[in-house]
Amino acid sequence: MLNSKIPPVPLAEQWHTYQETTRLISPANKRHLEIIVIGTGLAGASAAATLAEQGYQIKAFCFQDSPRRAHSIAAQGGINAAKNYQNDGDSIQRLFFDTIKGGDYRSREANVYRLATISSKIIDHCVAQGVPFAREYGGMLSNRSFGGTQVQRTFYAAGQTGQQLLLGAYQALERQIAMGNITMYPRHEMLEIVQIDGAARGIIARNLISGELERHAAHAVLLCSGGYSNVFYLSTNAMGSNVSATWKAHKQGALFANPCFTQIHPTCIPVAGEYQSKLTLMSESLRNDGRVWVPKTLGDQRPANSIPPAARDYFLERRYPAYGNLVPRDIASRAVKEICDAGYGVGNSQRAVYLDYADALQKHGREFLTNKYGNLFAMYTQITGEDPYEVPMRIYPAVHYTMGGLWVDYELMTTISGLYCLGEANFSDHGANRLGASALMQGLADGYFVIPATISNYLSKYIGSSSAITDHPAFAEAESIVADRLDRLIQIQGSQTVTSFHQRLGKIMWAHCGIVRDRHGLQAAIQELQALQAEFWQDVKIPGTVQSLNPELDNAQRVADFLELGELMCVDALQRQESCGCHFRSEFQTDQGEAQRQDAEYAHVAAWEYQQEHQWQCHPEALTFELAKFSQRSYK
Amino acid sequence: MIQLTLKIWRQSTAQAAGKFVTYPLTDLSPDMSFLEMIDHLNQRLILAGEEPVAFDHDCREGICGSCAMYINGRPHGADQGSTTCQLYLRSYKNGDTITIEPWRSNAFPVIKDLMVDRSAFDRIIQAGGYISVNTGNAVDGNSLPIAKAQSDEAFASAMCIGCGACVAACKNSSAMLFVAAKVSHLALLPQGQPERKQRAVKMVMQMDKEGFGSCSNTGSCAAVCPKEISLQTISQLNREYWHQ
Repeated sequence: MLNSKIPPVPLAEQWHTYQETTRLISPANKRHLEIIVIGTGLAGASAAATLAEQGYQIKAFCFQDSPRRAHSIAAQGGINAAKNYQNDGDSIQRLFFDTIKGGDYRSREANVYRLATISSKIIDHCVAQGVPFAREYGGMLSNRSFGGTQVQRTFYAAGQTGQQLLLGAYQALERQIAMGNITMYPRHEMLEIVQIDGAARGIIARNLISGELERHAAHAVLLCSGGYSNVFYLSTNAMGSNVSATWKAHKQGALFANPCFTQIHPTCIPVAGEYQSKLTLMSESLRNDGRVWVPKTLGDQRPANSIPPAARDYFLERRYPAYGNLVPRDIASRAVKEICDAGYGVGNSQRAVYLDYADALQKHGREFLTNKYGNLFAMYTQITGEDPYEVPMRIYPAVHYTMGGLWVDYELMTTISGLYCLGEANFSDHGANRLGASALMQGLADGYFVIPATISNYLSKYIGSSSAITDHPAFAEAESIVADRLDRLIQIQGSQTVTSFHQRLGKIMWAHCGIVRDRHGLQAAIQELQALQAEFWQDVKIPGTVQSLNPELDNAQRVADFLELGELMCVDALQRQESCGCHFRSEFQTDQGEAQRQDAEYAHVAAWEYQQEHQWQCHPEALTFELAKFSQRSYK
Repeated sequence: MIQLTLKIWRQSTAQAAGKFVTYPLTDLSPDMSFLEMIDHLNQRLILAGEEPVAFDHDCREGICGSCAMYINGRPHGADQGSTTCQLYLRSYKNGDTITIEPWRSNAFPVIKDLMVDRSAFDRIIQAGGYISVNTGNAVDGNSLPIAKAQSDEAFASAMCIGCGACVAACKNSSAMLFVAAKVSHLALLPQGQPERKQRAVKMVMQMDKEGFGSCSNTGSCAAVCPKEISLQTISQLNREYWHQ
């Protein structure tokens, strides 16, 4: 059933071959073709700007008040590229291998190879846009290393790389708005896809200020709406980040791939209390110079600085001597959870470990740390009231990124014709675990380089066809579905707030579909989630009206989608009877407690088709490996 | 646990008259963030059948620029170099009264309660806050060396999050610091040179057209900027403007 449309030539020639043979569209014809872009993060803004530069007419939508506020802005650490500026042996092949290995052999080779191929051009383009990457004194671009690699290939702008890259894409987008090639719809939320004759031809969007529903037509629709970490309620995502755009597409027929692959980031600020609304990430780059430890003795209550080195357990360095504190995220997260489960955790909650800069401070001095991590240290002090120059940071894992997403083929098209999915919202490049500094790379690769090359292959059939089709009955039908759903929500007038449901959802997901999963827990979670969905639709309380600005209503419809997604995540995690990357099933581990893949049965992408409430069918896409050979990950 | 009294500006629509409403809050943890306190209040209001307080917020880590509250007469509250979402209640004393208003500027009309329309900033960027380079044209990233000091200075200006605190603090509602930050960022880089002269003029013209006031150099903008953008960027903008 699934055709991933990978060019039938050797891996290293695929992208070149594709570009040479794909259908093109002349500039005169492009002017009459319209594309809708949902989301203006790295993927959406870069796609909208580049497609507009090519001559297409773009309508871009975001729920924030400005496209510049999309959550890509918060990415801290950096962006990978196989430039080999450090002359340390890097190459396209090495970036490819690291990404495949980091993803634990659950990503599609063709897409990953293309990503590694494109990576260098992204850096060049961003520099040309004026992105102020960090530089050496000689004026050359600076690199840092990140978890899961042995080369220095990460480009960065202090701890604000995502901000600087997004502002580059945002400025390119604003330039195209000024030129009349993009119409921007901020404070709008897409609530339904409109299909005509089996192809995506538009959307129903809600104007979040007036509450009105709007019909927008186009020749193709791009979903660049980011990830779904907020299904856990507490995550490092922005408060508004949601799954609704891709979930609506899923319920209309787009397959959802590997939904249970969610990345837990090891270095976040621990939860302080029940009122906590979100978690804050401390960039993984911090592990370059910080050392992770807990007291060696159970119940050692001394302040961190009073515990002598001999009484400390530097457990990552002990367990993984080759990579030490730079082991991949999933391994670090699990090690932290295990040591806290065993009772060695620190701080009031006992759910934290130390990340210590005393050695780096002694070796390199305060200025060195300030230059590299100044803003991160300041952020930590602001949130916790503690100074990391004086006392070790306390960190604990938190949900950070979702590798799963809508299934797409090599052209980034979903299983709905004319509906594309880019960036974190799709599933394609990171397998079961994403390496640090690869999200920015993928978002921008998809938007700046992949979609502009692939979309003409599809749109060429629409040359000469109008997009003035909002009178079509399919639009009226989609609009009435959305209106009915909003009316239904507001009329419930129950007794519990949207947030209280979201918190309960998050607790179920974190307990059973978090760092460690097992059959029993997942089965229980599915039951609990079905009951919670029913309770939500009977007892949620939403103030205000549909026909007005109503953030609680916006949130309610997002949480309704999260409740359903959570169930599918557990279904997927239950079905995948192996451990791989971030997905750790306690039934499947080696004697040393490492993840044990079951390649014979599960070397596939699990792409789920929505059938009816609580019912999905899995369509596996087998993964074959031409260059990469299966191996047990070992970071010892 | 601490108690605080909030006096919040409530305004149902852009046209409606607004007023302050007082909300006493008890049982607050000093480790709670300022916005978590507003969440807490809103949960209470919803359960009591009242309209929650509308406010913009998203990342809650000081980088998206969404949150915008005028707290006790200062944008983003009293902490230096901080956004509203990065404020914690440990900055307040038990029993304090806190007055919360929206940004006030003709160019930032109120939408509801504490939510304002900052789209004027996007239109200023549209006027020239970019380098005109289409995807696919770039030369190798290392082909143009840029001195570290120069690059760092450009970065310091590029850190602007577009929150509008500078406008809110200014007695003239001037957007000079916002414009200056972008003009400086791009003027300091070799890639920004071809459009350098027209950029400053076009952005300043758009700023005027949006109804922002003139700069009288009091420096209140830089004093409250959560990213501590330097007042020197305004000198840079003036130089760019006059040299064209």
